Amino acid sequence: MPKTADARTLITVEDVRMCYSPDGKGPLVLDGVNVAIEEGEIVSLLGRSGSGKSSLLRIIAGLLKATHGRALWQGQPINGPSPGVAMVFQSFALFPWLTVEQNVELGLEAQRTPAAERARRAEEAIELIGLGGFESAFPKELSGGMRQRVGFARALVVHPELLLMDEPFSALDVLTAETMRTDIIDLWIEGRLPIRSVLMVTHNIEEAVLMSDRILILSSNPGRIMAEIKITLPHPRNRDDPRFRQQVDDIYGRMTARVPGDRGDKGGGGFPGVGVGMALPPVSMGELAGLMETLSASPDGRADLPALAEELNFEVDDLFPIAETLQLLRFAEVAQGDIQLTPAGRRFAESDLEDRKRLFAEHLVAYVPLAGLIKRVLDERPNHRARAARFSEELEDFMSEDYAEDTLKAVVDWGRFAELFSYDEADQTFELEEA
Amino acid sequence: MSEPVLRRAHPVLRAPFNVWDLVAAALILGVFLTISHGAKETFAPLTTLAKTPISLDPWRLPEYALRTSLRMIGGLAASLAFTLSYATLAAKSKHAEIVLIPLLDILQSIPVFGYLTFTLAWFLALAPGNVAGAEFASVFLAFTAQAWNMAFSFYQSLKTIPRDLEEAANSFGLTPWQKFWRLEAPYGAPALIWNMMMSMAGAWFFVTASEAFTVGVTNVTLPGVGSYIAAANDRGDHAAVMWAVIAMAATILIFDQLFFRPLVAWAEKFRVELTAAADPPRSWLLDVLRRTRLMQRVGEPLGVGARWIASFRIASTVQLPRPPALSARGERTFDVVWLGLVVGLALFAGREIVAFVAKELTWREVLHVLVLGLYTLARVVILIALASLIWTPIGVWIGLRPKVAERVQPVAQFLAAFPVNLLYGAVVSGIIMFHLNPNIFLSGLMILGTQWYILFNVIAGASAYPTDLKQAAQSFGIKGLLWWRNVIGPGILPYFVTGALTASGGAWNASVLSEVVSWKGQTVRAAGLGQYIYDYTASADYPRVMLGIAVMSLFVVGLNRTVWRPLYQLAERRYRFD
Repeated sequence: MPKTADARTLITVEDVRMCYSPDGKGPLVLDGVNVAIEEGEIVSLLGRSGSGKSSLLRIIAGLLKATHGRALWQGQPINGPSPGVAMVFQSFALFPWLTVEQNVELGLEAQRTPAAERARRAEEAIELIGLGGFESAFPKELSGGMRQRVGFARALVVHPELLLMDEPFSALDVLTAETMRTDIIDLWIEGRLPIRSVLMVTHNIEEAVLMSDRILILSSNPGRIMAEIKITLPHPRNRDDPRFRQQVDDIYGRMTARVPGDRGDKGGGGFPGVGVGMALPPVSMGELAGLMETLSASPDGRADLPALAEELNFEVDDLFPIAETLQLLRFAEVAQGDIQLTPAGRRFAESDLEDRKRLFAEHLVAYVPLAGLIKRVLDERPNHRARAARFSEELEDFMSEDYAEDTLKAVVDWGRFAELFSYDEADQTFELEEA
Repeated sequence: MSEPVLRRAHPVLRAPFNVWDLVAAALILGVFLTISHGAKETFAPLTTLAKTPISLDPWRLPEYALRTSLRMIGGLAASLAFTLSYATLAAKSKHAEIVLIPLLDILQSIPVFGYLTFTLAWFLALAPGNVAGAEFASVFLAFTAQAWNMAFSFYQSLKTIPRDLEEAANSFGLTPWQKFWRLEAPYGAPALIWNMMMSMAGAWFFVTASEAFTVGVTNVTLPGVGSYIAAANDRGDHAAVMWAVIAMAATILIFDQLFFRPLVAWAEKFRVELTAAADPPRSWLLDVLRRTRLMQRVGEPLGVGARWIASFRIASTVQLPRPPALSARGERTFDVVWLGLVVGLALFAGREIVAFVAKELTWREVLHVLVLGLYTLARVVILIALASLIWTPIGVWIGLRPKVAERVQPVAQFLAAFPVNLLYGAVVSGIIMFHLNPNIFLSGLMILGTQWYILFNVIAGASAYPTDLKQAAQSFGIKGLLWWRNVIGPGILPYFVTGALTASGGAWNASVLSEVVSWKGQTVRAAGLGQYIYDYTASADYPRVMLGIAVMSLFVVGLNRTVWRPLYQLAERRYRFD
């Protein structure tokens, strides 16, 4: 239902802060976030992994409690899932043992809606979302797209005022995702969805521009609302429209803009945490080398990130971590939506394997504090061995267990390539590589 | 039962009955009849047992088999009720968890027979002068043989529920009761049913053993296959033993076909993998039920009713925890108090046990029992090693040939379920006849029933071995020892460890019944912990039985911690294909 003049505010988020660890210490996931969602709009939360956008969505859904600050549903504090809010999940989250119809009826059944009414409304939602005829099928018989349609029907059937969507199209293939986006937008424009507003989490810039009235860009580490952009292009929006492209490029630029004064304390990467406590993305050596080679193919070693992403068929979430790891290692510079190879990066791309390893090892020890620490500890110990737990425990002081695992995995991969150290998976020990 | 929607959408006039209805009706009537008969006998006065001694007439066997089965079903029902409550509590409450899970670990390591020794008197007092007391004791034994495994499996399922499903259930406002029936119970069902089927083997063993048993002066003989065998052993009647074996085999087959197959096939729909399995388990009975119009008529209201009950709004929806800063301190205090309470209670119980045992026993006796434990340990280790050496190559050979595996696998599973204690007497008649050394030749008995676990797990592992790896090994011409060490060995290791672990646990349990065996009034003994427990149970020397059981638990837990668990973890981490 598109916006009317006297729109009410559905959601108010006030000064919300969220920490990794439940005791309120450690790095922040979200910091000082203020959001208001009004009736009649589609709002996107755009950010990269680690920007806390999923946490923010779950705070609004009543599935997670903010460490500090508060979230209000129509003026009332949110203390649990509210009947006025329904959610569509990235992984669909369908119950495999329930049929399509039973899945759709789940929310109504929880509220003990009478069977006749339940069946009528389920049928309505199923027809609306284009699932007619599949009522008695089990989720495992359906394709990904059809499964997500069940996810939509299940959320719509409770007639929520606010529909929350957690990256609803990112688990679908490109074609299916596009069909579903247009279907949803069409239903919304025609006013046929029994909802008042939509809040969508996404990392896909084009998707956000295609669907939203308003985009909130979250910075990473900690997640803060970095920018708010109103999209006024009329529906249906065309991806090839120059104004559309302009919007997308603009957002790319903002998401890669270097915040003044950021450089010094972040060590160049833009990753959460400082020093040894920096959370590293699970980027493989192959991806790093591949991107450097791709860049070195152009004479000035420079590329426009949106164009590069399209050329490589990458999404923001795939490309940004690689670009920023290169930046952290001083092999490239990222700014204003562009990536530029440094002289060291160019040298890497043009060297043979032995020289690459040597160069990479130098940069790894110099610019990735955790790698430097591991090397130092191994050097100092008489047997040149150290258990992984020694480092993962230190990491967990700064970040969640999952991030600590990713970080350690990344350093192991890079360190193995650089032949800085070897790692025995069975014993979970680091050992100094024999010279 | 799964397509009510389609039929509602397309109402077509159809004949009210089909052929399958007759089959189903006959089956159901039969079940009613047998249950009512069993129930009547269960509550008969105890003196009826004395009046009607066990007859060796083979025609009485169907009735005996029925009585044994009813005890089994009772044990199964009790285990299920226990599992759903105990495991759920442990998974939901952090404070319950720190007590219940280690407790389960210990309960599991206690030899099943130990439970009977200590509870028989209590059960008999429960219903004085009535058969029910002895029946309860027997059902209880069936319960102790299955409940722990099932509870562990369900607990593990509850702990691994996918986060997105959990969030979906919460966000749609399901109450804990609704969530249990809509999410948790279905999610745990496949693993639970599989475990139930696996635990049955042990349960048959102990149900039959409990039917003719002596604790001190209390001599219980319940009508059943087990007591029939006991009578046959007393008289040295080979033919009767054979009849009993046939009856037992038929019973297990019927259970498998009428109960577990349909259940496993039905539970397939609760698997979370979103892709359909290539070769899902099937059951002819389930097909019959699904095709039968009468069953659909009966089934639909039942389904609607179950759905109605499952949707009760019992307890309120999930509330978010208070902000951590506020609750942290209060919670920590509670944690400390709770932990203190638990540790205190455990210390007190430990002191009481030591006092109880120490009043009667000397340290010398404890040492003696430990040595006996080492004897039994040696038997278990040697036999598991021997069985592995024999069955691993055979299992691999079978598993790599799908056609053969398809035929052999059900046989191996059947053999694992067969209560071999029925054969002990007959085997011993051979030992007596040929004057063999019981210390060596009785040992084999303890692995007679459990070796099959190794076989069918290895078959499963070899069957699941990826074809491309097999072909890669072939194309590089890898053969012999290298093939065993680098190709097939690591691939089947997780399966082998599971099998060997189960076999070892079963062997310890069986030792209580296999180190002392009688035939025609002659008793053969092998020195060991099982023999110690058995003999002192017969003379109702509770402190010594307690000591024996404690030492056996110690050995079982020790073996699990030092050998099986690390091996299992290694296999899981390194050698799983998925």
